Amino acid sequence: MTDLSEAQAAQEASTIGPPLWLLAEVTYRCPLHCVYCYNPVDFAKHEDELTTEEWFKVLREARALGSVQCGFSGGEPMLRDDLELLVAEAHRLGYYTNLLTSGVGLNEKRIDALKEAGLDHIQLSFQDSTREMNDFLSSTRTFDLKRRAADLIKSRGYPMVMNCTIHRHNIDHIEAILQLADDIDAEYVELANTQYYGWAQVNRDQLLPSREQLERAERITNEWREKHGNKMKLFFVVPDYYEKRPKKCMNGWGNIFLTITPDGRALPCHTARMLPGLEFPSVREMGIREVWYESEGFNRYRGTGWMKEPCSSCPEKEKDYGGCRCQAYMIANDPAAADPVCDKSPFHHKIVAAVEQAQIPGNPQQVKPLIYRGPKESLQLDRPF
Amino acid sequence: MTVTTASVPKIGRHFRIQWEEAQKAYVLLYPEGMVKLNQSAGEILKRCSGEASVADITADLEQTFNAQGLQQDVINFVELALQQKWVETT
Repeated sequence: MTDLSEAQAAQEASTIGPPLWLLAEVTYRCPLHCVYCYNPVDFAKHEDELTTEEWFKVLREARALGSVQCGFSGGEPMLRDDLELLVAEAHRLGYYTNLLTSGVGLNEKRIDALKEAGLDHIQLSFQDSTREMNDFLSSTRTFDLKRRAADLIKSRGYPMVMNCTIHRHNIDHIEAILQLADDIDAEYVELANTQYYGWAQVNRDQLLPSREQLERAERITNEWREKHGNKMKLFFVVPDYYEKRPKKCMNGWGNIFLTITPDGRALPCHTARMLPGLEFPSVREMGIREVWYESEGFNRYRGTGWMKEPCSSCPEKEKDYGGCRCQAYMIANDPAAADPVCDKSPFHHKIVAAVEQAQIPGNPQQVKPLIYRGPKESLQLDRPF
Repeated sequence: MTVTTASVPKIGRHFRIQWEEAQKAYVLLYPEGMVKLNQSAGEILKRCSGEASVADITADLEQTFNAQGLQQDVINFVELALQQKWVETT
């Protein structure tokens, strides 16, 4: 029996692909206070950040398994003084290195050091097209800083990849956002509607746009594509609340994505930490190989064997893997349920209700004050989402 | 864009080609993405150094793989790679 189960384990390990994408969330600290941040609502409780040496070990072990894309994210990764060292090590190991930043803290000295370290790519986020709205939505005075960061990124020969999270309060400025992207010579522009996790879930009813707003924004984006051709590659992502089938979340649980949180928790996606009844391993206690192939946290929702109805008999189960486990937990109170975005889910009416309230301008849910992401608010709310 | 035997392709700005042992394949890396290349695509692209012409690349491939008549395949692939911005030509 031992031989057989070992052979079976070897067989399974060989059918599970490598963690091609490593997301290194190097800190939860952030100078911004975005109302839709996907970090856990209780992030302030997890302050014990991995050291430089501990990150080196993570980078080495993941690379040995086949990780090849490495994203440095946060919080604001520029707040780590050792970011240049981490990038240099990742580059030396053969990763393609990506920095996901708000641009705050990116000055001449640091961008030169990052370039020297071998950084391949920088994605710069904006909150809106104008100083007033950008600064309102992030609760900071950072718009001018970001414009300067964009100039720096361009001047060092990096591709300009701009990201702007879209929601009810900025979606009507889509034309100005596209103009801003054009002004800073963006080559790739991600206009990603907020997905409702973390702080965005806390503020969901205030952030979900109406159908009319969405259709207008999509139309303007398409018109821009037709008018300006291929110069900027535009990606417009609609909120999944407006879909009838769920997204193939993270391209499948434990399929290609590996996230390491600032305090060393290994997760199949950056929001999975909220899920109950699952112990995700710490890289302080477990090597990446064991984390990826053997840990309970990574195996629980892999493939289709864990599914319940309506997923288990669904002909589309291999297409979307039942959608998002976090959304199933948040809306259906069961991480193994179908993602309620799916209209086959018995909880789909809850999604429909949220979408319906978004169609009525000025209703009381929408005009509640926004809660800004910050350590004080995190400790006050004291809950995972 | 027309590709001829005299075209000299090189890997596009913001792309990087490398061998990945875990995937047993050449991959093309770019901002937040990756293309896994099949064998012939990998063998052509890794020769796109900015120094070798399409004719040179074809000759090298034909010699390495003891094959003949690859020129049109190489031209077709380089045209596709140009459209995808995987390569630039000078």
